[in-house]
Amino acid sequence: MRRDRWWVQPALIVAALTVFGIYSIVRAILSKYYAITAGGAHLQSPFFSPDLPGIFSFKTGLPWAFLVLWAPLGMRSTCYYYRKSYYRSFFLAPPSCAVAGAARRRYTGETKLPLVLNNLHRFFFYLAVLVVAFLWYDAIRGFFYHGSFGIGLGNAIMLINVLCLSAFTFGCNSWRHIIGGKLNCFSCSSAARTRHGLWQKFSILNGHHQFWAWISMFTVGLTDLYIWLASSGVFTDPHHVF
Amino acid sequence: MSETLTAGGTRKLQIWRGDLTSGELVDYELETEPGMVVLDAVLEIQRSQAPDLAVRWNCKAAKCGSCSAEVNGRPRLMCKTRLDHLPADQPITVEPLRAFPLIRDLVTDVSWNYEVNKKIPPFTPREDLPEGDFLIDQADTDRMSEFRKCIECFMCQDVCHILRDHRLHDRYYGPRFMVRMASLDMHPLDGLDRIDQIADDGGIGLCNITKCCTEVCPEGIHITDNAIIPLKERVVDARYDPLLKILGRNRRRPGKKKPAV
Repeated sequence: MRRDRWWVQPALIVAALTVFGIYSIVRAILSKYYAITAGGAHLQSPFFSPDLPGIFSFKTGLPWAFLVLWAPLGMRSTCYYYRKSYYRSFFLAPPSCAVAGAARRRYTGETKLPLVLNNLHRFFFYLAVLVVAFLWYDAIRGFFYHGSFGIGLGNAIMLINVLCLSAFTFGCNSWRHIIGGKLNCFSCSSAARTRHGLWQKFSILNGHHQFWAWISMFTVGLTDLYIWLASSGVFTDPHHVF
Repeated sequence: MSETLTAGGTRKLQIWRGDLTSGELVDYELETEPGMVVLDAVLEIQRSQAPDLAVRWNCKAAKCGSCSAEVNGRPRLMCKTRLDHLPADQPITVEPLRAFPLIRDLVTDVSWNYEVNKKIPPFTPREDLPEGDFLIDQADTDRMSEFRKCIECFMCQDVCHILRDHRLHDRYYGPRFMVRMASLDMHPLDGLDRIDQIADDGGIGLCNITKCCTEVCPEGIHITDNAIIPLKERVVDARYDPLLKILGRNRRRPGKKKPAV
């Protein structure tokens, strides 16, 4: 029987994922203070991107962010790293290595509904790539104030956030498979050799998938919090326009 | 703190003694030397205090995979676990692997693994290869060479909760044999389509990728990321991806044919 403090890690994961989950839901329901627009800026919160009411010109008091949020949340909840995390921490299957899990009448792993749906992770990856593309657009747009280039704390935070989200998204195991892992022969054609090179590069990101999963979760939450506070008038986003 | 300051001295070990019918942790105390590993301590106890203590070991160099046991509750090679890396303020527990039937004391019957191994068709050359042409590019061998490092200590099998807790030995081959299946399925010259065996008899869908197998591997093989997840993705290609199904590419495996039943 293990005598070390094996329960610390699952407890921390439960706490972190619960806090992030509640924060996301509260923010999506609140549905305001999601963009800094003072002084010609346009810094959009990543929780509210793409800006559907802006793109399709409608106004609503309903929590429209859920129309987008399901895609990145789906990416995370079917991600191989997060699966490890929540199977251990929430399902106790098992809570830690060589520690007996919660008693189950019948263990079926990922062979039955709903967990078999985790096999569709690659489709959430495709959708998450779309969302990341919008976030890159937002991050670049954030450097322009009424068309003039400017640097500030807000747009720097947004750039860091999208870099971290890209590192997480493109470290995806499904992407690693699609880009080259599915091949059995890396040397049989020039296309296979190119894919092998890409596979090797994305494998480096994939090796740190857990790291980027956590870092990007915190950056996305903190970016939103920054924009929430700045746009609601708690403080002003410091920036300099050239 | 230097190694010598923390090593040596009197240590207490609790070693599991018994057979299938009954057993218990038995206390032993011994004087240890700096640099001793758990296997040294167990063999010293066997020599000086308990000559009937059953323990399996061979190379004492972390290469034969014989001395796997659960030290302080975690699967480890006894020959690779230094006493001074374990907490000094509490006894060191040494127990047999739990996923397999006990024979006696620290020795378990791991023969189930060899039975599983027999179910996996060996390397079968593709039929479209020119006779005698077995050249493989370095890029293709690099990926498989990681899997060849396996020393069959079966600690990944032991820590896998599907075998250890749920006792589904009849429905899941375990991480060790997913590694073997990966090395064969990814082989550029292998001519068998092994996806059905991996998914059905092998039971890869039962794995919920909690990565304990990777954590305990003494050879540092990335069992989950480089073997099990890639195999899961190959199963997704063949069975779950509706897009590939519509495009008729879900079963496109050039050079591979289904094994004879």
